[in-house]
Amino acid sequence: MATPVMDKVEAQSAASPYITVTFRVRRFNPEVSAEATWQDFQLEIDPKERVLDGLHKIKWDLDGTLTFRRSCAHGICGSDAMRINGKNRLACKTLIKDINPEKPITIEPIKGLTVLKDLVVDMEPFFQAYRDVMPFLITKDTNEPTRERLQSAEDRERFDDTTKCILCAACTSSCPVFWNDGQYFGPAAIVNAHRFIFDSRDEAGEQRLEILNDKDGVWRCRTTFNCTDACPRGIEVTKAIAEVKRALITRRY
Amino acid sequence: MKIHKYDTVIVGAGGAGMRAAIEATKRSRTAVLTKLYPTRSHTGAAQGGMAAALANVEEDNWEWHTFDTVKGGDYLVDQDAAEILAKEAIDSVLDLEKMGLPFNRTPNGTIDQRRFGGHSRNHGEAPVRRSCYAADRTGHMILQTLYQNCVKEGVEFFNEFYVLDQLITEEDGVKRSAGVVAYELATGEIHVFQAKAVIYASGGCGKFFKVTSNAHTLTGDGQAAVYRRGIPLEDMEFFQFHPTGIWRMGILLTEGARGEGGILRNKDGERFMEKYAPVMKDLASRDVVSRSIYTEIREGRGCGPEGDHVYLDLTHLPPEQLDAKLPDITEFARTYLGIEPYTDPIPIQPTAHYAMGGIPTNVQGEVLADNTTVVPGLYAAGEVACVSVHGANRLGTNSLLDINVFGKRAGIAAADYSQKADYVDLPENPAEFVVSQIERLRNSTGNERVAELRRELQETMDANVMVFRTEQTIKTAVEKIAELKERYKNVAIQDKGKRFNTDLLEAIELGNLLDLAEVMAVSALARKESRGGHYREDYPNRDDVNFMRHTMAYREVGADGSETVRLDYKPVVQTRYQPMERKY
Ligand SMILES: Cc1cc2nc3c(=O)[nH]c(=O)nc-3n(C[C@H](O)[C@H](O)[C@H](O)COP(=O)(O)OP(=O)(O)OC[C@H]3O[C@@H](n4cnc5c(N)ncnc54)[C@H](O)[C@@H]3O)c2cc1C
Ligand code: SF4
Ligand code: FES
Repeated sequence: MATPVMDKVEAQSAASPYITVTFRVRRFNPEVSAEATWQDFQLEIDPKERVLDGLHKIKWDLDGTLTFRRSCAHGICGSDAMRINGKNRLACKTLIKDINPEKPITIEPIKGLTVLKDLVVDMEPFFQAYRDVMPFLITKDTNEPTRERLQSAEDRERFDDTTKCILCAACTSSCPVFWNDGQYFGPAAIVNAHRFIFDSRDEAGEQRLEILNDKDGVWRCRTTFNCTDACPRGIEVTKAIAEVKRALITRRY
Repeated sequence: MKIHKYDTVIVGAGGAGMRAAIEATKRSRTAVLTKLYPTRSHTGAAQGGMAAALANVEEDNWEWHTFDTVKGGDYLVDQDAAEILAKEAIDSVLDLEKMGLPFNRTPNGTIDQRRFGGHSRNHGEAPVRRSCYAADRTGHMILQTLYQNCVKEGVEFFNEFYVLDQLITEEDGVKRSAGVVAYELATGEIHVFQAKAVIYASGGCGKFFKVTSNAHTLTGDGQAAVYRRGIPLEDMEFFQFHPTGIWRMGILLTEGARGEGGILRNKDGERFMEKYAPVMKDLASRDVVSRSIYTEIREGRGCGPEGDHVYLDLTHLPPEQLDAKLPDITEFARTYLGIEPYTDPIPIQPTAHYAMGGIPTNVQGEVLADNTTVVPGLYAAGEVACVSVHGANRLGTNSLLDINVFGKRAGIAAADYSQKADYVDLPENPAEFVVSQIERLRNSTGNERVAELRRELQETMDANVMVFRTEQTIKTAVEKIAELKERYKNVAIQDKGKRFNTDLLEAIELGNLLDLAEVMAVSALARKESRGGHYREDYPNRDDVNFMRHTMAYREVGADGSETVRLDYKPVVQTRYQPMERKY
């Protein structure tokens, strides 16, 4: 029986969505070596899958020592920010097909925070900066209302964008100012200060602005827009920082 | 090994854990142990809303809410607990608003409310707007707001600490909680926390299914830890399958999408829910909708080349409404499916979503050692617990409510207890179980792989104990789980290190999933009726004569070391509502 070879190949490629990709991963484990190295892994993967799926394939089927954080797998928990092909992204929100899988895909830990193992970094300085801006509603009213505080839909909309933050650190760890000086609060902390400064119910805007008026505060921002590009929640981070700067000058917010 | 002493220890920093922590920290020296950074908890994935009869937009009251909860749970709900849930709902939403939660607002500035499945006016007359929400990221806002308030209150967190064992000291037949044993991810060090009161708030266990809305980390560690120590698990056969998960991936598309007017359609474009639930239609309760979807699929009206899904149609809704009310889920469709929801319907299928069962508690959050006896010093709240306010099927928006109402109650009760109680002596060698478990896995030379066993477990669970079950399918699952448990003894890991050894922890998590899958399947096999989320094709009707009772599953260890699940039953608390047939 003469079956044309071409048809077979075509039928196969139509049936199997899989392609072969190379993941080039930055490995570091101080228990093993003080040096970080690159390691390549070849994977068969459906290009519609996530980078996180690729990392799981490595961990589950090839090398159980590969270490990274993850939980929700759909971009809402903020665990898996990493540098993918040189840009900060969430591994679970990045599809293979969208990052040029013909070439090796490089995967590194986010920058500016101490690497502890493979893709895991020390998040403590990041969360400390967040805590330093007093990220909680402060009101001065002596007798609390029995029902909810009222807020108009417009006032609620005013800070909507910055309520979306999942504290993934993609912005802060893409910021050249932060790379050079870890004392800078960083975009994420400013975003979270913005969320309260522009909330009509909050009464500690002045205090927060003073904190950000510090030498390590908003004035360090050089408006490179890296943070806005990096934010997986689509928050206009640079705009939020600019609004905080303006509020510092005008004292109106 | 390090030993710590606290009045109150909370296991988990999701919504339930942090709500408890805010109360407990004010009243007692409290530590929160959490395997994830608090803001990574899966409460943050919740989209749709939180129920409370605020009556901000139309007439409503807590009694209607209680009724809907009891009916939604197919009458397996403990009605005294449901009444507390519905009554305290109002204050718990107002508490969150005062803590700063940015709810969406009505034109007069009050908290806005929208429709959700199974919530009705006047005992089923018509859908009611009861769900308080913040766009489609209500859970995210709850998690952030609670974390913010934990920062404010100075709550002490131990992040990336995995609790692997519950310490129980038994004297004269009375079990008491002595503390917990935890594993520190960063260092591999073992920590014993002696505590007067322990609260489990460690979330669900959906990862034993393949298609699920649950995070990778929802592996039922808390349920497994107490179960191994002789505490029963209640109603584990009841698992909720949410109708609208993204096809094949299981990522959730909130019921709020149907609350905003979204419609389910089969391959002929037919709005098929009209056939199954003439009044509530697409907003009937979740078990009903999930079964209807699978009925359509089985009868050949599914969509796609394999006919294995249906559509969620939002195309008739104005884009502005989608942008304002459902920005996240429309983004999910774009990111993961490459579909534009403005113009194209979204392929969906039911997804394993929520564990109705869990660690049995009373309404103070106190854990029960049997049908009535409280374990002094042991508490549970949230998805890990079974109060039971959800019965056989949880209503949408009632879980975010549950974690707030019962998280708060457990936090207060535990702290009050730890203020008057003494420490219970730690067992002789408190870390023994954890140390030996870890050593066994680190040194194992077996040939089984964690990922392979987990895949097989997930496949058998999806195939055999999902939306439709029969004696035959459940037995297949029971046998497969037994085989996997055997093979698990030969599991080996590759990472032998101490630092961030997630390879080791995934192996431990798999062990927990296997134990819980067994409890679920064995409980399901014995329940020869259909009720809520548990649907038996061979027993399609509810049987109140024989099964209006909660399942209580106990671990039995034989003289030869063999383990089995022993089932017992507990009466349901009924107050006002007599069981009726459930129609939507
Ligand atoms: C996608 C999705 C959408 C949902 N939408 C809604 C909705 O709109 N309305 C609604 O009412 N409900 C909704 N639910 C259900 C609801 O969100 C959850 O049931 C609820 O948030 C669970 O909260 P929790 O605090 O019990 O657990 P989680 O938030 O899951 O928290 C568990 C915590 O336990 C910790 N933990 C786990 N194991 C360990 C361990 N071994 N040691 C230490 N710590 C541990 C984790 O670190 C985490 O902090 C939704 C669920 C999902 C999955
Ligand atoms: S602003 Fe965006 S990038 Fe920065 S932490 Fe928040 S979510 Fe992540
Ligand atoms: S795993 Fe949660 S954001 Fe990626």
